[in-house]
Amino acid sequence: MAKYHITTRINGDDVEFLCAPEQTLLDVLRDDLRLTGSKEGCASGDCGACSVTIDGRLVCSCLVLAAEVGGQEIETIEGMADGDRLHPLQQKFLDFAALQCGVCTPGFLIAAKALLDRNSNPSETEVRYWLAGNLCRCTGYDKIVRAVLDTAADMRD
Amino acid sequence: MTDSNKTPSGNGTGNGKDYKWVGTRAVRPDGVDKVTGRAKFGADLHLPNMLVGKVLRSPHAHAHIRSIDTSAAEALSGVKAVITRDDFSDQPKGAVQPAGEMTINYRDMVRNVMAREKALYEGHAIAAVAAVDARIAAKALSLIKVDFEVLPHVIDPVAAMESGAPIIQEDLMTEGMEQSPGAMTNIAKRVEFGHGDVAVGFAEADVVIEREFTTQPVHQAYIEPHACVASMTEDGQGELWLSTQGHYVARGHCATLLGLDVSKLRVQASEIGGGFGGKTVVYLEPLALALSRKACQPVKMAMTREEVFRATGPTSGAHLWVKVGATNDGRITAADAVLKYQAGAFPGSPVAQGAQCAFAPYELNHVRTIGYDILVNRAKVAAYRAPGAPIAEYATESVMDEIAGVIGMDPLEFRLKNAPKQGSQSSYGPKFPVIGCIETLEAARDHDHYQSPLKAGQGRGVATGYWFNIGGQTSATLNLSEDGSVALVLGTVDVGGTRASLSMMAAEELGIDLDKVRPMIGDTSALGYNMLTGGSRVTFAGGIAVVGAAQDLIGTLKDRAAKFWDIPVDDVEWAEGEARATNGYTDNMQPLSLQEIAKDMAKTGGPIVGAHSINAQGAGPSFGTHVVDVDVDRETGRVWVTRYTVVQDAGKAIHPSYVEGQYQGGAVQGIGWALNEEYIYDDKGRLENAGFLDYRVPVCSDVPMIDTVIVEVANPTHPYGVRGVGETPIVPPMAAISNALANALGIRFTDLPMSPPRVLAAIKAANGDATTAS
Repeated sequence: MAKYHITTRINGDDVEFLCAPEQTLLDVLRDDLRLTGSKEGCASGDCGACSVTIDGRLVCSCLVLAAEVGGQEIETIEGMADGDRLHPLQQKFLDFAALQCGVCTPGFLIAAKALLDRNSNPSETEVRYWLAGNLCRCTGYDKIVRAVLDTAADMRD
Repeated sequence: MTDSNKTPSGNGTGNGKDYKWVGTRAVRPDGVDKVTGRAKFGADLHLPNMLVGKVLRSPHAHAHIRSIDTSAAEALSGVKAVITRDDFSDQPKGAVQPAGEMTINYRDMVRNVMAREKALYEGHAIAAVAAVDARIAAKALSLIKVDFEVLPHVIDPVAAMESGAPIIQEDLMTEGMEQSPGAMTNIAKRVEFGHGDVAVGFAEADVVIEREFTTQPVHQAYIEPHACVASMTEDGQGELWLSTQGHYVARGHCATLLGLDVSKLRVQASEIGGGFGGKTVVYLEPLALALSRKACQPVKMAMTREEVFRATGPTSGAHLWVKVGATNDGRITAADAVLKYQAGAFPGSPVAQGAQCAFAPYELNHVRTIGYDILVNRAKVAAYRAPGAPIAEYATESVMDEIAGVIGMDPLEFRLKNAPKQGSQSSYGPKFPVIGCIETLEAARDHDHYQSPLKAGQGRGVATGYWFNIGGQTSATLNLSEDGSVALVLGTVDVGGTRASLSMMAAEELGIDLDKVRPMIGDTSALGYNMLTGGSRVTFAGGIAVVGAAQDLIGTLKDRAAKFWDIPVDDVEWAEGEARATNGYTDNMQPLSLQEIAKDMAKTGGPIVGAHSINAQGAGPSFGTHVVDVDVDRETGRVWVTRYTVVQDAGKAIHPSYVEGQYQGGAVQGIGWALNEEYIYDDKGRLENAGFLDYRVPVCSDVPMIDTVIVEVANPTHPYGVRGVGETPIVPPMAAISNALANALGIRFTDLPMSPPRVLAAIKAANGDATTAS
């Protein structure tokens, strides 16, 4: 079966790939581009472990066909730190022990960054509803929510 | 080999010592990898020439497999191997081995990983293929022809116990029970615990309450599906990479099922994306190895979420009967329970553990618990966090709450009046060692949460939970590098911060900076045997192993210093990361730091290594008490948890943040168990909600912050006083929430989950509406 030739940008770099029509963006990120930081937890858009942004919009990459992303700007967890400087959210997740197993963490960080890009002063309720599409089975969410709220406060200062 | 100076006093507040690292909130050593996407989980490994493996699963809950025709699949271009039951030798009968908190029967295991005579549940593996890509593997599965003879099935445990029920294992004999010759049964085991005479105890009671409860199976629901990469070579050696709680245990299972020498398999645990007990067993791994053995290429297999729900875990659903008697002044006179747990299609529900824990938070003169392990046409249950205890204690703690209410006593005072302490005979036999049940109850009672007023319409509930915790076989090695930094090699999978807690104990013992200790999880060739991560054992048993390895290392360091100074080793002490001469030698000799000894180790005798291997005993049992407030939407039946406090005895919190994390995570899993999670089957025994949309685990907006109180009643058998902390937090939530609902609505629920339709029906029934509560 013929493959699609896609040209796009991922984490600021021009990227080209070939994909089958049924391949999702997550499939291509993980299996072809070896960007395995985005995780497959459900493949149905329910867990958020594969969260990325496309042109700034938060999406589950398991629900996006790879063939759709030509000419767009994709950001994944691999592009979140700036060189050797962690993003403030990444550092705060470490300082607050906001992860246990860590498999949901890339998705939470991408989703939380998308929130703070839009709303620099979210309430706890706003954080909780924004992150309701990201499942964490280890932490009970407490330390994640605190880390996001505290990062927002730091970034406002 | 442990330093007796570090043995805590057990004075109720840890050991009261000031430590440099233990008890701090250091950043975990594996943290950066996990916030940057670098950390490699089960499905993140890619090997050259790697194939993709997929599994064909039974669409039927119960069926004879007359034949399997794989010829068309094998003929498909790109297919490199196809396996069925014929690729696994049968295992001898009756070989049962203990493994962590569960037991392993290889005759069952070989049938669970690949169906033999019958498909025993929907999702049971029938065949597997390895192909050059996922699309071809999926096509190959569709070409496999299976001739099934569909049989009647049974899903409910009570129905499965009735005569005339469909029989799941025709040769099953009931353990612990008389059985007439030739009779067939689904009852795999009967257990009984207790002491005294409950009839005598009930005769002494002023109030007796007797209730029946049901719970549904719930899945561990780790976010990372099972995944592995297997690579077998032509000479019969193999490597396995997998997401597991125990790579040594997985190695043993796989070697047994494939007929390999254990040491021919080198197994590396990936980072694990949650397990909670569900990754203590093997599913895909023997299949991947068998496919790789046929294809002589690496094979990667990963489950879909749907496969995880249909074919792995969960823990048991159950039918429970509880009867408790008490005097009007709040003394429990007798407690009795009958627990019927679903095992799934093979024996092995955690009913014995449930029966042991059921009344453990009470000191009782007359107590009995009886448990039944019952086969049904569902996936074989796997361990889930304190396996068995949450189910039993949900029922018993509900009845305790009700009886306290009837006699007009505060539920925490009622528990305090009946609480066990050191030396009390537990409800399941042994006398308790040092425990913190009373301290935990008092801390809950005195907490601001319990003392604060409720808002109108809300209810408050409490419940106490108990879990044993375990020790077990553990090895650790400290390899000193030439610059004085130390590599800590561990064989226990890190599910939530144990590389941090074990490194902290190593740094504390050695007297060096934490960032000079680099922990890593070795593969199965790197260390002696390590039991799996489970039973809340790693910081306890791993801590003893690491402290022992550090003391071994210090012994060698002191030897080297003695050699350097040419004085007796008895005149050398180790403190604050350096060797110091004592007994009059002090004046002429400057202390030798770890770095200095390391730099010159070639001259003083060569490489310096500290190692310790143990079978850790004396795990500290732990108690927790939870306080929860709920609000109920009277129009929809939706229950909102508005405030939640976990109080639990940790013995000693090595890393308080990750102890709190265990408390919070367990509580929220419990909230899901109480309010949402359940397996729903259609009339053909097929699971109807095999996905996260319909099997609804708590999301961020469902829950409040979870307050925690870490009580520290030191465990005297651990050098820092550690008890396990990971499992007890999931024991109290279901009863605590049910008790809070009873307080809010005046309605006592006896069936889990307390989902909106069930709560709404109960509210309507209580208001005289025709609809009745189920």
